[in-house]
Amino acid sequence: MSSETLTVRFFARLREELDTEALELPAEPGLTAEDLLTQLAARGGAWSQLQGGQPVMIAVNQTMAKPSTRIHAGDEVAFFPPVTGG
Amino acid sequence: MISVQTDDFDPSAEYQSLRDSGSGTGAIVTFTGLVRDSGDLKDVQGLYLEHYPGMTEQVIQGLIDEASQRWDVRRARVIHRVGPLALRDQIVFVGVCSAHRGDAFKACEFIMDALKTSAPFWKKEITAEGEHWVEQKSGDRARSSRWE
Repeated sequence: MSSETLTVRFFARLREELDTEALELPAEPGLTAEDLLTQLAARGGAWSQLQGGQPVMIAVNQTMAKPSTRIHAGDEVAFFPPVTGG
Repeated sequence: MISVQTDDFDPSAEYQSLRDSGSGTGAIVTFTGLVRDSGDLKDVQGLYLEHYPGMTEQVIQGLIDEASQRWDVRRARVIHRVGPLALRDQIVFVGVCSAHRGDAFKACEFIMDALKTSAPFWKKEITAEGEHWVEQKSGDRARSSRWE
C-alpha cells in the first residue's frame, strides 16, 4: 500500500455480488466514506447497489464508521451487509 | 479470552476453565448457540460463516470491556466458529464469571445480544435449492438496543 492510496474491502454478500475482495484506490484529499460509495456505485451493474440499495455498513481501520467519516491515505475501508453472527 | 476458529469447542472444558479462574467467583453463566434447521429458509442443511479477521476480535473485546464496566465480570470467554457448519453444530459460546448470578446473567446476555448486531460475522444458509445470505433480524436489533 503506497502512501497515496487506500484499500477498500468487501465482505459476505457484497464480496460475492461485486466479485471483489479488495481494491486499491487513490486517496483524494477530503474524501469521505460516502464519496467512496458514490464513486464505486458509478461503475454500474452490481456496483449500483452501493447507493440506495440494501443497507451497507462501513468500517474504517476496522472500527465502525459513518458515511461522513473522512478517509485518509493508507486507511483500510470496509463495506459489508448488516452482520448476522451468533 | 476470545477465539474465532473453525474447530469445534468443548463447553464442559470451557466451564471448568472458568471455574478454575480464581476466588471471588460465585456464579458462572454460559450460553451455547447451535445451527438450526430453519432460519430465513426452511430445510437448512448447513451454514457457512464468514468474518472480518482482526475487526471481529476487536469488536468482541470491546463488548467484554463494556460488560466489565457495567457489571461485576471476573472473567469472560467468547468462542465463535467460522467456515462450514452442519446442523446442530455449536456456533458460539459465551461464558461469564461473576461474584453473583445477576451480574453473570446480564453480562452474558448483553455480550451475546450485542455480538449478534455488532460483531462482523455473516451467515450463509445452505439448502438443497441453493445458498442464501441471512438478513439481519429486527428482533435481534431490538434485543440489542434494550441494553443501550
